[in-house]
Amino acid sequence: MNAEPMIRLIDVRKRFASQEILKGVNLSIYEGKTTVIVGESGKGKSLILKHILGLIRPDKGKVLVEGNDINKIGRKDLKAIRSKFGVLFQNAALFDSMTVFDNVALPLRERTKASEEEIRKIVNEKLDLMDIEGSNDKYPAQLSGGMRKRVGLARALVLNPKIVFFDEPTTGLDVAKSNEMYRVFFKTQSKLGYTALIVSHDVPKIFKLADYVALLHDGVIQDCLPPEDFQTSENPFIKEFVQKTMGYIYESEQVEG
Amino acid sequence: MILLKYIEKLGDLFLYYVDQAGRMGIFLVNVIINIFKLPYYKISHITKQIYNIGALSIFVIIFTGLFTGMVLGLQGYNTLRKFGSEGLLGSAVALSLIRELGPVLAALMVTGRAGSAICAEIGIMRNSEQIDALECMAIDPHKYILAPKFIAAIISMPLLTAIFDVVGIFGGYIIGVKLLGLNEGSYFSGMYKDVEFQDIYMGFVKSLCFGLIVVWICSGKGYFVHLERKGGFGAEGVSRVTTNAVVLSSVSILVLDYFITSVLI
Repeated sequence: MNAEPMIRLIDVRKRFASQEILKGVNLSIYEGKTTVIVGESGKGKSLILKHILGLIRPDKGKVLVEGNDINKIGRKDLKAIRSKFGVLFQNAALFDSMTVFDNVALPLRERTKASEEEIRKIVNEKLDLMDIEGSNDKYPAQLSGGMRKRVGLARALVLNPKIVFFDEPTTGLDVAKSNEMYRVFFKTQSKLGYTALIVSHDVPKIFKLADYVALLHDGVIQDCLPPEDFQTSENPFIKEFVQKTMGYIYESEQVEG
Repeated sequence: MILLKYIEKLGDLFLYYVDQAGRMGIFLVNVIINIFKLPYYKISHITKQIYNIGALSIFVIIFTGLFTGMVLGLQGYNTLRKFGSEGLLGSAVALSLIRELGPVLAALMVTGRAGSAICAEIGIMRNSEQIDALECMAIDPHKYILAPKFIAAIISMPLLTAIFDVVGIFGGYIIGVKLLGLNEGSYFSGMYKDVEFQDIYMGFVKSLCFGLIVVWICSGKGYFVHLERKGGFGAEGVSRVTTNAVVLSSVSILVLDYFITSVLI
C-alpha cells in the first residue's frame, strides 16, 4: 500500500435533512487493484460512489482523483477525469429509447471521431466479451436483468476506462447469473487491466475477487484490508459484520459449535 | 408555538422557491451557453426534436386554429353588424389572430402536447439515472439532450404560430364569407389595409418567447425532478412534476403575453 492512491476520500461528510449519512469517510483506492465497499443496505455505500463520480458534492471533506479535488476543478477538467471512468449503475441506467447497439455505441459516437465502421467493430467486440449475441437490435425493456447489467458493463468499458465503478453488480440476479457476472468481470479486468471499485453486499463471494475490502458502518469506513485480514480483523464492527454475513445459518449450530 | 411553526414553514417554502428560481436560471444559462458551444450537433439530433415538437403538433394546431378562426368570424360578424361595420371583419379576425390569439393559443397547445412529453421524458431519464450515466460518460446532458430540444422549440413555435394564423384566417373566411354572406373582397382587402409589419413582428416576438418559456419550464422541471419539495421519485413524482410544468408554463405564457404586449404595443 505504499504507492500513491489513485482515488482518495478525505473526511467526506454528507448530510440529508437532519440525517448525517457519511460522517467522515476516509478511503484510498490503488491503481490496478479491486476495492470492494461492503456494509448494510441504505447506509451510504452508493453515496460514496456518487461523491467520487462528482455527482454529489460533500458538505465537508475532499475527494481526490489522481491528486485533483474534483469539487474544485472546472467543468473541462472534470470532463477529462470522467473520461477515464466507466460506471455500471445499480439498474444499469441504459437509455431506454435506444437499442442495445446504440447504447453501447453512444460514448463512441459522442466522444470520439470514430467512423460508423469502426464503431460497429468495437461495439461488437465488447458485446462478444459479455457473451451477448443477437440482442443488438433489442431495446433495454426487452432484456432480462442480467443481460441489462452486461450491456451496461459493455457500455462502461467501451472507451477502455482506467477506473470502473460497479454499483451492486449482482443485486437482483440469481446465483447462476451473478456467477456469470463475476466471470465477465474477471475476464474483462484481466484483459483490460482497469482499477475497480465495487459496492456490494454479496459477501462472502465478493471476497474472492477483492484485493481490498472496506466496511462502511455508521457513516465511517471502519477499515480497508485485504480479504484474509478483513476476515480476521479485531475491529468490533468488522468482526460483527463477518460473523453476521458468514456465520452459522442455524442457531443450533452456533449453540453446538 | 403553532404560530412559530407556521412562520417556519412559510420561511422554508420561501427558501425552496428562491432556490428553485435560482436553479432554473442557472439551468437556462447553461443550456444557452451549450447551444453556442463547439462542437455543433449532428443535424439529426435537431431534426428529430423538430419532428417531435413541431411536426407532430401540426394537426392539433390546424384543428384548433380553424375553430378559433371560425368562432372569431361568428362573434365578430354579429358584434360588428350592430354598428353596421361588417366590412371590418377581415381585419378584426386577422389582427386578433396575428397579435394575440395565434401565439398564445399555439403556445398553449404545444405546452399540452409537446411540453408535457418533454417534461416526462427528461423526468424519467433523471429518475432512472440515465442523466447521471451521461454525466459519468463525460457527455454533458445540457448539450446532448437539452440544447437540441431548445433549438427545436425556438424554430418550431413561430412556424406553428404562422400555421395557426393562416388556418384561423381561413376559418373566419368560411364563416364570414361562405356562411354569412359577407363580401369576399371586403374581407381580404380590409386585412391588407390594416395588418402592418408591426403586428406581425409582435406575433413573431411573442411566439419566440413562448417557445423558449415552454421548453425551459418543461425541461427544467423534468431535469430537477429529484429536487422537488414533495419528493420527485418514481412514476408519481414524474406525473406530479409534469402536471406542475404544464400549469406553470401555461400561466407564464399568459402573464408574459401581457408584458410583451405592453412593451411592444
